[in-house]
Amino acid sequence: MGSAFLTLIALLAPVAAFLVLAIVAPLRRAGRPGAYFSILGATGSLAAAVMAWRRYDEGATRLVWDWLPSQGRPLATIGVLVDETSTVMLVLVALVALLVQVYSLSYLSDEPPQGLGRYYTYQSLFAFSMMGLVLAPNLLQLFICWELVGLCSYLLIGYWYQKPEAARAAVKAFWTTKAGDVGLLIGIVMLWKVSGTFDFGEMRVMVAGNELPLAGLSIITFCIYLGAMGKSAQFPLHVWLPDAMEGPTPVSALIHAATMVTAGVYLLHRTSWLFALTPDVLVIVAWIGAFTALLAAVLACVQDDIKRVLAYSTVSQLGYMMAAIGAGFSTAGFFHLLTHGLFKALLFLGAGAVIHAVGSNDLSRMGGLARRMPQTAIVFIVGTLSLAGIPLFAGFLSKEEILGSVWAGGLVGPFALLMLVAFLTAFYMFRVVFLAFFGPAKAGHYDSHGHEPVVSGFSQTHQTHDAHHAAHHGDPPAPMLLPLWILALLSMAVGIYSTFIGPGLVAAPEGAEHAAPGWLTPAAVGVAVAGIALAWLTYQRGTINAASLASMFGPIRRAALAKFWIDDLFEGVFAAGALAFSRLVGWVDRYLVDGVLNVVSAWTVTTGDEMRSIQTGRAQDYVYGLAVGLLLLLVWARWSLP
Amino acid sequence: MGLQAYLILAAVIFGIGLFGVVTRRNTIGILLGIELMLNAVNINLVAFARFSGSEIGMVFTVFAICITVAEAAMGLAIVILLFRIRRTVMADHLDLLKG
Repeated sequence: MGSAFLTLIALLAPVAAFLVLAIVAPLRRAGRPGAYFSILGATGSLAAAVMAWRRYDEGATRLVWDWLPSQGRPLATIGVLVDETSTVMLVLVALVALLVQVYSLSYLSDEPPQGLGRYYTYQSLFAFSMMGLVLAPNLLQLFICWELVGLCSYLLIGYWYQKPEAARAAVKAFWTTKAGDVGLLIGIVMLWKVSGTFDFGEMRVMVAGNELPLAGLSIITFCIYLGAMGKSAQFPLHVWLPDAMEGPTPVSALIHAATMVTAGVYLLHRTSWLFALTPDVLVIVAWIGAFTALLAAVLACVQDDIKRVLAYSTVSQLGYMMAAIGAGFSTAGFFHLLTHGLFKALLFLGAGAVIHAVGSNDLSRMGGLARRMPQTAIVFIVGTLSLAGIPLFAGFLSKEEILGSVWAGGLVGPFALLMLVAFLTAFYMFRVVFLAFFGPAKAGHYDSHGHEPVVSGFSQTHQTHDAHHAAHHGDPPAPMLLPLWILALLSMAVGIYSTFIGPGLVAAPEGAEHAAPGWLTPAAVGVAVAGIALAWLTYQRGTINAASLASMFGPIRRAALAKFWIDDLFEGVFAAGALAFSRLVGWVDRYLVDGVLNVVSAWTVTTGDEMRSIQTGRAQDYVYGLAVGLLLLLVWARWSLP
Repeated sequence: MGLQAYLILAAVIFGIGLFGVVTRRNTIGILLGIELMLNAVNINLVAFARFSGSEIGMVFTVFAICITVAEAAMGLAIVILLFRIRRTVMADHLDLLKG
């Protein structure tokens, strides 16, 4: 079996599970059996993906069918494009999807069976859509899957749709990403207009042969970047991602950390040869990426909700990847995408375990958890070290590669921002670690009755269950613990493997190698350690008072707490804009349209009134009129007709 | 005498009839005016028939005279009915058509 065929199996296993779950209602409503079915599909998918990855050797292969017949040749094809990028990404998607589905079995064990069935149906659909996106051989299929993953994201954020915040967050995510998607669609169509194809391979040949007109290409690539900006939560379209945390935590791990949000990075990596033609757009990508990274990192420092810290951290790391792509080294960005997918999924799932045990998202209600749930603490710290960029962990190499590539790309400004972000990343992540896992245990937090129910989205029945859970407060059950350990070991394995044995999971293409300056590694590790030290001094030792630290950065802190007013700005602009526009439309309707109609009707009525008096009702007058009319006609006929 | 003389006679009679229809206040007078107009038409028909050497116009005239009689009978009947209802035969009092 060729790897193309294997990837096809990997793609079709989840969609088969989805179709069965969607059509066979009893299986879906049964809950757990449906979940097992979905997990079966995900397992098959992972097995096929790993086999395809192992068997893949040089040279991209395709397995495509004609689609959209048109004159002469089909307008587009549909199928799979198997190359190094897509196979390794496929493995990541299949792996995280499977682990998250297993994890959810336990995490959502108290959901009603119908809800669980619905959840797994969406999960299967998502796995299929994301793999279809990864394997897409052309922009058209990519766009379709792009929209499908957006739909799944919407459905899963709104899984607890009875909660108004969740419903609102789902809609917000959908519309914000949609704003970028419009740009992507326009970009794809414009690109088709100039190149005549949607296919990556054909386009690449055109680029290699300099057949693509460069004029106007910047607009096209910028439009494509807009799509990536929405999906990958780049400033200013990042506002949806933190709100997306209203969904269940495993969903956040899969969709809003490891896979879907990285679709934008993946798209830019896929089309990096196209973006290489438009360096001006790449500079924009790099600056926005670096700025997003900094903005989100600052925001992450002030959040008290453990999931929101991770969400902003995801935005920040996506900015990192974008910056590397903007510097022209998309492979570095893609490498970070892979490692980030592993450790961020790990962090989210770990946070889910903590939330499950504590019954709250609030950091201030956690503390001393390392003693109660030691295994969770270990894997969470592994993820944190990886994210902070400590050597031997997965994030270290990819992060350093990004810093090196941004430096090599000559982008000093973004490089400085990213170094600052590296410091902040280590700081805010260890703030979470020290607040949640170390320090004094918060006595009151077992008792969730006295508090407002703050667990994101847990139903009322879950509240009591949580209280019961909180009584033993230990490490989570095996279905949750196993994925955590797998991800933790993989994070370390990738880090160690990349450091000592191989050049990383993805080889840099020809000419993309860059020589990082020698001081880069010590500097990167140094700022990370400095961040950790600051967090340790502040939140563990208490040498630095957290309150005085906060007051030192008073204005920034206040601005960050208000999310830099970006949400307010959008709300103001769009709400006020919509209101002003509807007022204008209302005025036009009320005064212009209605006015014209009123004048016309009034004129008709008065004219009719005037004309009435002609109608005397006497037959003789009519005859008189008839006679005069006839006479006039005769005169007219006599003088005007030939 | 040529065709023109007949046509002028018919036109004059038609004009008198029309004048009567338009100006007479009495409904009977209006009916008489209508009779005059119809007969002017008959004169035309006969004159054309005579001068074109075809009998068709004459046949038409015979039919028209019959119909005129019927029309007069109908008209008088209507007038009588009107008088019974409205107690008047003055045309300017009969304005039921007024909008």
